Amino acid sequence: MTQVASAYASPTDALVAAFPSAVVVVSHGQSVVHIDKALLADVVEYLRVSEEFTMCLDVTAVDHLQDSERAQIAGIKRERFEVVVNLISHPRNTRIRLIAQVPESDPSVPTLTSSFSGTSFPEREVYDMFGITFDGHPDLTRILMPDEWIGHPLRKDDAPARVPVTFKGDPGPR
Amino acid sequence: MSLTEEELTMQSAGDSSSADSGDEEVIAPEVNRLARQTGEGSQELRPLQEIVIAGGPWPELEGDGQTMIINMGPQHPSTHGVLRMMMELDGETVVRAKPVIGYLHTGMEKTGEELTYVQGATNVTRMDYVSPLSNELVFATAVEQLLDVEVPERAIWMRMLLVELNRISSHLLFQATNGMDMGAVNMMLYGWREREEVLRVLEMITGLRMNHNFIRPGGLAADLPDGWQEAVLGVCEQVEAGIADYDKLLTENPIWQSRTVGVGVITTEQCMALSITGPILRSTGFPWDLRKTQPYLAYDQVDFDVIYTDNGDCYDRYRIRLFEVLESVKIVRQCVAKMPGGDYRVQDKKITPPPRARIDESMEALIHHFKLFTEGFRVPPGETYASVESPRGEIGCYLVSDGTGKPVRMHVRGPSFYNLQAISPMMEGRMVADAVAIISTCDPIMGEVDR
Repeated sequence: MTQVASAYASPTDALVAAFPSAVVVVSHGQSVVHIDKALLADVVEYLRVSEEFTMCLDVTAVDHLQDSERAQIAGIKRERFEVVVNLISHPRNTRIRLIAQVPESDPSVPTLTSSFSGTSFPEREVYDMFGITFDGHPDLTRILMPDEWIGHPLRKDDAPARVPVTFKGDPGPR
Repeated sequence: MSLTEEELTMQSAGDSSSADSGDEEVIAPEVNRLARQTGEGSQELRPLQEIVIAGGPWPELEGDGQTMIINMGPQHPSTHGVLRMMMELDGETVVRAKPVIGYLHTGMEKTGEELTYVQGATNVTRMDYVSPLSNELVFATAVEQLLDVEVPERAIWMRMLLVELNRISSHLLFQATNGMDMGAVNMMLYGWREREEVLRVLEMITGLRMNHNFIRPGGLAADLPDGWQEAVLGVCEQVEAGIADYDKLLTENPIWQSRTVGVGVITTEQCMALSITGPILRSTGFPWDLRKTQPYLAYDQVDFDVIYTDNGDCYDRYRIRLFEVLESVKIVRQCVAKMPGGDYRVQDKKITPPPRARIDESMEALIHHFKLFTEGFRVPPGETYASVESPRGEIGCYLVSDGTGKPVRMHVRGPSFYNLQAISPMMEGRMVADAVAIISTCDPIMGEVDR
């Protein structure tokens, strides 16, 4: 394991120093940083270059349409979607999770593929399942659903399984 | 449909005249009679026509830059399920390759939002169907983090025992299919043979060969059965003997080496950029194993080594999976020796169902049992990410709760999904025959890729 070159003991401290708008919370012992969605790619690039975060483990999203009891965090305006990025630093043996709020009116975030090309598949999955676009992604197409599919299945208001059933000889509502 | 005799002869005459080139076709009288009897017209017994193969030979490649796009799969037997590879070929050389997935997408993450936390384990266990216990473990760990409960010591060791047995069976399946893909068909029989023995022990403990639903939030479904030590230790010996056989059969085999050494090379930098974990990462000389680096369960209390090699080719990936089995056997033996007593699940009446005997005598126990299996338990609001080392790499579970009995979001980071991205850089510039070896040593499980 190499020596950590960063001036800060904790990557979250360094992150807050570099991006003052970031809000740090601890969720079940895990470092979670809430950031503005426009800064997402910059923060990931900063963590990769300066704080030795060597791998982007996961990119996913959450739809909070029906979630009425969400905990409010000071300095963060809660929106319908959240894009969640899990990063790991192998030299430091630590993890960090970035969460960006994405409004329903503008479901787009900058792509992370310029920092970690391995986020190509998960970003396509998030686009496919939630309809959140990743600006600058080289190949933003559906990955799991068929190309001609309409709708984004993991949105809470999308109910692809509910097909109306008609019965033969049904007299209809009286 | 019934035709008169005139119509029939006219039709067959018309057919023959349009099809043949000059020669008069004469229908034998008995054939004509047969055609009438079938009552389906004359189409069944038309006079034989010359078969013309459409298309003709492929146009010859002239000079550089003329390539051909070929789809391999999704029904190709060596693609391990329903993986489709789009390959651009220049002769026999792969210029570009792109994995196309989604053929096994069943919306398990959406289903997971409709199931309670008690039912959730049945869902996630079907994702990576070759190592289902890893999926159950990561889901149960995530739920326990949200619930803030600690499982008893015996449950921890039982989980470790089961997950390591499952790692053995998963790597044995890899040895079987990998051998078959490379043409060593006897390997398939040997790998399957030993795997079956491991599955038999898992069946004895959990009741099922696959999709166990045994590791549940709060502990396990049942205690270990009588005589489990003998069964587990017996299968350890069988597996060790099997691994020695495979080693003798393949590792020094010149045909095997010429098929795998230097094929599908990937570097640590590429793995880092492409989020590749597990044996593929370790084959590049980077000894990263969550069991050692971020120990969970009781992996810090057992003695085992992380296997890693330096070359990052198909041969190394084969060797890593071969010798990891022996490390798992080591862990399993220590689990048998050190298995603590006590309870196999948390004694929290809001999470674990009451024992069967209590239901007969206590109304409250009956109510608790009924509530747990119809509504499930409530989980405090929050979000968490749990991760364990599955046989394929880091499997993670991102779980978001809103305080009700069902998760808002249940996302599983399947290692195969990310490892598939390694196929393109490994394949480019290699021959088509190497493509099979590369797909095989990536060991993707499509149920986990598509979820």
